[in-house]
Amino acid sequence: MVMEVLNKKLIRDLWKLRGQVLAVALVIGSGVATLVMSLSTIEALEDTTEAYYQRYRFGEIFAFATRAPLRLTNQISQINGVQTVQTRISSYANIDIQGFNQPVIAQLMSIPDKGQPLLNQLVLRKGGWVSPGRDDQVILNEPFAEAHKLDIGDTVSVIMNGHKKDFYVVGIALSPEFIYAIGPGALMPDDKLFGVMWMSNDVLAAAYDLQESFNYLSLTLTRNTLPADVLNKIDVLLEPYGGVRAIKREDQISNWFVKNEIEQQKSMATILPTIFITVAVFLTNMVLSRLIATQRTEIGLLKAFGYGNFQIAWHYIKMMLVIGIIGVTIGSVIGAYFGRLNTVMYAELFRFPLLIYRPSPFAFIIGGLVSLIAAILGALTAVRTAVKLPPAEAMIPPSPGIYKQTFLSSLGLVRLLDQPTRIALRQISRRPLRSFLTSAGIAMATGLIIMTLQWDDSLTHLKRVYFFDSQRQHITVGVVDSLPLRAIYDFEKLPGVLTAEPINAVNADFSFGSMTHRGGITGMQPDSTLQLIYDDGRKQSIDVPDSGIVIASRLARKLNIKIGDVMGVDVLEGRRPELLIPVVGIINSYIGLPTYMNLDTLNRALNESPSFKYANLLIDPRYQDELYAELKNMPKVSTVMLKQSALDSFNEHLVEHLMVFISMFTGLAVVLVFGVTYNSTRVALSERGRELATLRVLGFTKGEISYVLLGEVMFLILLGLPLGCLFGGFLVWSMAQSFDTEMYRIPLVIEASTYGYAIVWVVIAAILSAALVRRRVNKLDLIRVLKTRE
Amino acid sequence: MHKVSQSELQPGIPPALAAYNLTKIYHSGEVEVQALRGVNFELYPKELVVLLGASGSGKSTLLNILGGLDLPTSGQILYNQQDLSQASEHELTRFRRKHVGFVFQFYNLIPSLTAYENVALVTEISPNPIAPEAALELVKLGDRMHHFPAQLSGGEQQRVAIARAIAKQPDILLCDEPTGALDRKTGILVLEAIENINQQLGTTIAVITHNSVIASMADRGVNISDGQIASIHKNSTRVLAKELKW
Repeated sequence: MVMEVLNKKLIRDLWKLRGQVLAVALVIGSGVATLVMSLSTIEALEDTTEAYYQRYRFGEIFAFATRAPLRLTNQISQINGVQTVQTRISSYANIDIQGFNQPVIAQLMSIPDKGQPLLNQLVLRKGGWVSPGRDDQVILNEPFAEAHKLDIGDTVSVIMNGHKKDFYVVGIALSPEFIYAIGPGALMPDDKLFGVMWMSNDVLAAAYDLQESFNYLSLTLTRNTLPADVLNKIDVLLEPYGGVRAIKREDQISNWFVKNEIEQQKSMATILPTIFITVAVFLTNMVLSRLIATQRTEIGLLKAFGYGNFQIAWHYIKMMLVIGIIGVTIGSVIGAYFGRLNTVMYAELFRFPLLIYRPSPFAFIIGGLVSLIAAILGALTAVRTAVKLPPAEAMIPPSPGIYKQTFLSSLGLVRLLDQPTRIALRQISRRPLRSFLTSAGIAMATGLIIMTLQWDDSLTHLKRVYFFDSQRQHITVGVVDSLPLRAIYDFEKLPGVLTAEPINAVNADFSFGSMTHRGGITGMQPDSTLQLIYDDGRKQSIDVPDSGIVIASRLARKLNIKIGDVMGVDVLEGRRPELLIPVVGIINSYIGLPTYMNLDTLNRALNESPSFKYANLLIDPRYQDELYAELKNMPKVSTVMLKQSALDSFNEHLVEHLMVFISMFTGLAVVLVFGVTYNSTRVALSERGRELATLRVLGFTKGEISYVLLGEVMFLILLGLPLGCLFGGFLVWSMAQSFDTEMYRIPLVIEASTYGYAIVWVVIAAILSAALVRRRVNKLDLIRVLKTRE
Repeated sequence: MHKVSQSELQPGIPPALAAYNLTKIYHSGEVEVQALRGVNFELYPKELVVLLGASGSGKSTLLNILGGLDLPTSGQILYNQQDLSQASEHELTRFRRKHVGFVFQFYNLIPSLTAYENVALVTEISPNPIAPEAALELVKLGDRMHHFPAQLSGGEQQRVAIARAIAKQPDILLCDEPTGALDRKTGILVLEAIENINQQLGTTIAVITHNSVIASMADRGVNISDGQIASIHKNSTRVLAKELKW
């Protein structure tokens, strides 16, 4: 029945040490929580997206054409591997909404008027389907309807092929095709300026003169069919009808954004929790070894009674396991809660009509195992040290520490310090390793806070560079068909326009060696002042080259290409020339993978007369409304992108969401700091209770002895803070290194205020833990402590 | 042999510290321990008193209450006519800080401070201290003042503790088994230091011990047993510490 008594001791010890047990458990728990939260969010997002796609039959291949006859459908469906074919009519159109003066664009999509299409089905959220035979009914996508407060029965005017036509809203829907409803050329969804409208196929066919034809194809594949084979065959079939190269689901824009978002989560899910758990493991180890060091008298006693080393070690391992399990439980619960919260937020952002949050045990098991092993390893080192001592020696607390005059005292500076300060400083210098470890723990936690807080700095910087430093225009106008260069003067003459500059853009496949990338080329005039070839890394613009192409460094890396190499460029429009263009410059860019060429050079290469597809406008805001009105009425204008609006949607979609996610991490990092400071102080108290009691007897007040105790921790924090700032810088750097998607990269920026806030958080956590320990100082039993021998 | 005559004391003047009808009951769990059962005791200015008693007799409890470390369950404790039995925690701290010096069986030096600094620890918070050097000189440790506790012998450590206790020039010096952890030779050195303080500075001193021999160096020996004062023995002459034998 030996173990039973020991187990009772275990339970009572744990209860006695409950404050510390909880603090260590919190440290472990915050590590587990980050892992569980991240892994379960990814899992849920992937599961949900997949389920959504399946249930609403999201297409696997998409292709645009100018005008393809419907009879082609048969041929397409006979391609080996094709399962279901859906032919549609799609077009961009300007929209007029009462009381909203900014130019609005919608993508019009055809639907059968007898119910759901075969593929890319709609999730009807409100209202009903368009009625057969009616040519004035439309279904709106939900975000757009909400942004404009449009409801069933309201009307919207659509300018179709130059004719304005009114439609009644009969339904409001979502679609797996437009999870990210993003306007042409836009960076982020902007639900006020871009919407999707589904209407009867007949209406669109009539309006765009596409009877018995289609211009947008979508299809699904049979199992085990490789998309690449089918893509080529479709390209061949559509080529005579103005087909633009078919794309697979991965390249479909909405899906690409969604996957990128998940990818970004994955980056975070690997990096942040890894850092968290590493730090938590380290802290657990540190805290536990100090905790066990204070138990050496009891260990000696147990040995004196005849308990074997193994039994004693097992006893303490059990103690650690209990603490570990409490931590893992807390972490799992918090992690699952945060994970769900995070997933729900994403689901709202993406407007998933369904949500699957069923975290597999995987995340919990990984988090749990890592933490428990860490706890045991932490305990073992300390238990081994304690168990190694002969019982008699172990029963006596460690003999009074040997202090020596250090270089510090020889400096003469010591004379300036009062005795309590000297006690604190000597305590630190006598155990330099342990002191350093405590400081390091605080430094790590500080670093974590800095890393989480600096996201705001990075994104602010990114916004500034992207929206202001590299683009100075207020508005970018897209035109339906390329316009000759001289047409830029028409834009200059518009009301309120101060400067108008042409931009050309073509889609192209880039290749070098065996590597390929589908992207686009921006053609710019050498004297352009509104949009610049801006090197985000060097924070300066470079000149538009006369010949050759300037590419983003991330693309250079993807293609493994360097300056001087000749890149293969297969243009995907017009005459579809296959070009070889030398790379003449590589720039760093935070967003996308841009490439730039001289507008004239690009046009020559395309074998086209000088033309442009976009006009950048610098405007006088006073004439804004007049300008909008004019633009709406220009038939050659297809899209109008307002910088302010893009900035707003960037804030709304990316920044705000990310900030919630980040604040969860910040919260957990603060918990870590609290765990470390509380345990350091608490262990210091149990090690030095006698010394403190002596001081009390000598007439020191509670405040004064608290200073002696907390002073040590305070110095360690003071030491840890600058270290933490360095460590935070390192974490941010490694985060920026590994956070590198094609969508965007994270600039390495840490504002002074971020360091400031991190320090404030650490100080708050420290003060809180100090206040808790201070309560124990107040209860110090003077008489009992004095009677025991040092 | 130097003898201290009784006339050097000042009979008729009010006691420096007095306790009347002191009782102290400890509650430890469900057990009630009556440590003091109505103790009346006076400590006169410049007097050296030795409190004798077996382990558990209540002598330490009495000393703790006299020194403001603990409060009695009932009874009065008067310092200069001021009642301390109802004092607040803060008032007790002020009392200890200003008026009382403590010496413990296990020295209780701060290991991270040198001898000098251990003394300075107290002088820094005292209104009218003597210099730490002078205090260490008094216990004959002037030459070892920059040593850390771990570099000093037990006797030396205890003398540092005495220097620390008297450096603030306390009205009362309370010593709890100051020689309890020491061999005779070293113990004598410590007792000599106490004697010295009493004579040179005129500090009122109470020493707790279970060694009855030590009582002969005091003005009075007080026997405590079972929480009460069993007897008080007034010495007509004080034996010098260095002549004590045990």
